[in-house]
Amino acid sequence: MRRNFKRTLFAAVSATAALALTTGAVAFCGFYVAKADTKLFNKASKVALMRDGDRTVMTMANDFQGDLKEFAVVIPVPVVLEEGQIHVTENAIIDHLDAYTSPRLVEYFDDDPCAVYLRRELQSVTAAPMMEAEDETRIADSLGVTIEAEYTVGEYDIQILSAEQSDGLAAWLKQNGYKLPDGAEEILGSYIKQNTKFFVAKVNLEEQEQTGLKYLRPLQIAFESPRFSLPIRLGTVNANGKQELFVLALTRTGRIETTNYRTVKLPTDKEVPLYVKGEFGEFYKSMFHEQVEQENGRAVFLEYAWDMGWCDPCAADPLSAKELRELGVYWLNDGANNIMPRRPAPQAQNVFVTRLHVSYDAEHFPEDLMFKETGDRSNFQGRYVLRHPYKGDAKCDAAEQYRAELPKRFEKEAQTLANLTGWDIDDIREKMNEGDQPFSEPAKESWWERLWGNDKKDG
Amino acid sequence: MLDVSFKDKIAKDPRHYQLLTLSTLLAYGIASGIFEISAAQIVGIFAAALSAQYLGCLMNAVRFEPRSALITALSLSLLLRGDGVAPLMMAAAIGVGSKFMLRLYGKHIFNPANIGIVSMLLISQTIMPGAAWTTPGQWGTAFWFAALLAGVGLFVTYRAARFDVPLIFLGTFAVLIVARAFWLGDPLAIPFLRLQNGALILFAFFMISDPKTTPDGTLARAAFAGTAALLTYILSFHFFISDGLFYALAFVCIVRPIFEALDPAPHYHWGDSIKPIRLPRISPRHRKHIPAE
Repeated sequence: MRRNFKRTLFAAVSATAALALTTGAVAFCGFYVAKADTKLFNKASKVALMRDGDRTVMTMANDFQGDLKEFAVVIPVPVVLEEGQIHVTENAIIDHLDAYTSPRLVEYFDDDPCAVYLRRELQSVTAAPMMEAEDETRIADSLGVTIEAEYTVGEYDIQILSAEQSDGLAAWLKQNGYKLPDGAEEILGSYIKQNTKFFVAKVNLEEQEQTGLKYLRPLQIAFESPRFSLPIRLGTVNANGKQELFVLALTRTGRIETTNYRTVKLPTDKEVPLYVKGEFGEFYKSMFHEQVEQENGRAVFLEYAWDMGWCDPCAADPLSAKELRELGVYWLNDGANNIMPRRPAPQAQNVFVTRLHVSYDAEHFPEDLMFKETGDRSNFQGRYVLRHPYKGDAKCDAAEQYRAELPKRFEKEAQTLANLTGWDIDDIREKMNEGDQPFSEPAKESWWERLWGNDKKDG
Repeated sequence: MLDVSFKDKIAKDPRHYQLLTLSTLLAYGIASGIFEISAAQIVGIFAAALSAQYLGCLMNAVRFEPRSALITALSLSLLLRGDGVAPLMMAAAIGVGSKFMLRLYGKHIFNPANIGIVSMLLISQTIMPGAAWTTPGQWGTAFWFAALLAGVGLFVTYRAARFDVPLIFLGTFAVLIVARAFWLGDPLAIPFLRLQNGALILFAFFMISDPKTTPDGTLARAAFAGTAALLTYILSFHFFISDGLFYALAFVCIVRPIFEALDPAPHYHWGDSIKPIRLPRISPRHRKHIPAE
C-alpha cells in the first residue's frame, strides 16, 4: 500500500516535470554563441513599425554611407504630418531591436554517453535551468505641387508635398536637387492618384554638424491610416539588383504577415557542422539567398516572432519599456515598474515583435508590401544548432555505439548545411574532416593498449 | 452492381465533387506546409459543424444530412485560422447554425462558411482580439493553380447548377482591378498578383457559387455576383480591408431578396438535372444560316 502511494507520488512529480518542460519557458537549454544581424547586408534598410488599430509609428534607419549633402529621401505618406508627428531617434534603439530579433546560433555539448541514465534523471528533477543572457503653405503653382508643411527636425530638413500631376512633382523634385531615376515618375503618378502625400527629407548640414555624429539618425513618423503597408516601389527603380529590407513590427495582438505576398518561415532548429561557428554570417547569408531562390524570389521571410517580454536564448536583452515607447508603443506606461526584465523571464508584455526579411526588386515585388496583424502569438525564431561530440574518456558499450553513430550524424549535418545554403557537399565534408568532425569511424583500440600505460609510451 | 439511378444521383450532386476537391486541397495544403492548422483544430471544426447540423435536423424534424456541413467544415479549415480550437469551432457552429436559424422565403440567408468566417472576424476585432484571422497571402502559386484547376473542373462539370457565379465574380473583379491599374499607370503585374490568390479562387468557386444561397434567376445571379465583386473591390482598395471579399458576400446575401424579387425563378435543389444556361436574348432571334460549301 505504502509502496503504491510512493509510486503514485513519483508519477505525479514526473508528470509535473514533464508539464513544466512543455510550457515553452523552459524548453530550451543551449549556449547562445552568435547572431546574424542586419549589418551583414550592404544596402539594407531597417524599418520598425508600431501598428495598433489605425495607428502607425514608422522608424526608418538606413546605412547611407555617401556624402551627407547627397542624402535625400522621398517617402509616400497617407496624410499631411504635423511637426509633432515627426521625430528623430537614436540608432542604438533600432540596433537593439535588430540584435534582439536576429537569427541565432547556439551550441550544445554532448554528455558522456556512459552517463545517459543519470543525465535523464537529473533533467527531470531540475527541469532545465534557464540560461542567463550574455548579454508651412506655399504653392509651386506652375508645377501643381503644394508644399503642405516644412520643418527642420533634428538633422533633417523636411517638406510634406502634395501634387496634382506626376510630371509636375518630378520637375519640382529635380529643381530642388533630388535625383529621380527613370521609371520613378510613373510610380509617383500612381501614388498621387491614390491621394498620397510625399514626405521629402534632406540633411541640414549645420544641424547635422551640431549632432557631432558621422552618420544619420533614424527618422520617425507617426500617423493614422487604415492602410497598413510599406511603400517599397520607389526603392525598386534606382536599385542595382535586389535590396534587403528588414521590417521589425511591434504589435499588441500577434504576429504580422504580408497579404499580397507569401510570408514564409525561415528554416529553423537545424543542426549544422561545428565549423559554421566561425562563419555564421556567411552561413546565414547563403542560406537566406538559397531560400529566396527556392521561393522563386517572391516570398517574405519570417525570422522572428516573439513576445517582447522574454527570449530564449537571448541574442540581446528584450527592449526596455522606454525604448519601446520611443519606437511608438504608446500603450506602455512610463511607470517605474514597467522596466523590462534584464533576464529572460516568461512575462507577457503585451508587445509582440515580428521580424520580416525581404530581398526585393521590381520584377518580384511589383506592389508595395501590404500587411495584416494576425492573432498568432506562437513563438518563432531562426535558430541553428551546433552539437559538440563528447570528448572525454568513455569506455562503456554505450560509448562505442555513440562513437559509431557520430559519422552518420556528421553526414546528416553536412547534408542539412548543403540543402540550406546550396554549398558544395564535398567542400563541406572536407571542412568537417579538417575540423573535428571526421566521417570515418575511429580505429578500434585493442584491449591491451591501455593495459600498461602503453597509450602514453611516446610521451 | 450499382443501381444506375443511384450512380446518376451521385454524379449529379455537385456536393460530392466539392467534398472530394476540397479535401484534396486541404490534404495538399497540410502536406506542403502551407496551412498552419493543427489536427485538433480540424477535428474541432468538423465536430462542431456536424453537431450543429445534427441538432438543427433534430429540432426541425428532418433527416440528418451531413454533406453540406462537411463542405462548411472543409471550407473553414481551408480559409480560417484561429488561436486555439474554440474560435474555429465557434465559426463552424455559427455557420451551420445559421442555416437553420436565419431563413427567408424557404432559403437560408447566408453561406454557412462565409457567415462563420465573418462572425469570427467581427468578434476578433471587438470582444476577443486575435481569436481568428484569415491568411490571404499565404497560398503560393502552386496552390493557386491547384485551386483554379479544381474550380474550373467544378464549373465544367456542373455548369447548369448555377456555377456561372464564379466567372461573373472573378470577371468583374479582374476588370475592376485591371482598370484601376490602367488609371494609376501601374504595371499589369500588380492586378495579376492580386488575382493569383488561392483564397480568392476558393472563395469564387466554392463559396460565393453555393447554389443554395445564390439567386435562382440568371439575371439576379449575375447582379448578385457582380455586386459582390464591386463591393470586394471597394472594401479592399478604398478601405484597405484585406478580408473584404467575405464581408462583401455576407452583404449581398442580406440584400439577395431584392435581386430575387426582380428576377423570380424556382428554387434549386441539389442534384437538379443539368440544363443549358438561360441567357437573356441580346442577339437577333434567328441566326443567319451559313450554308456549308
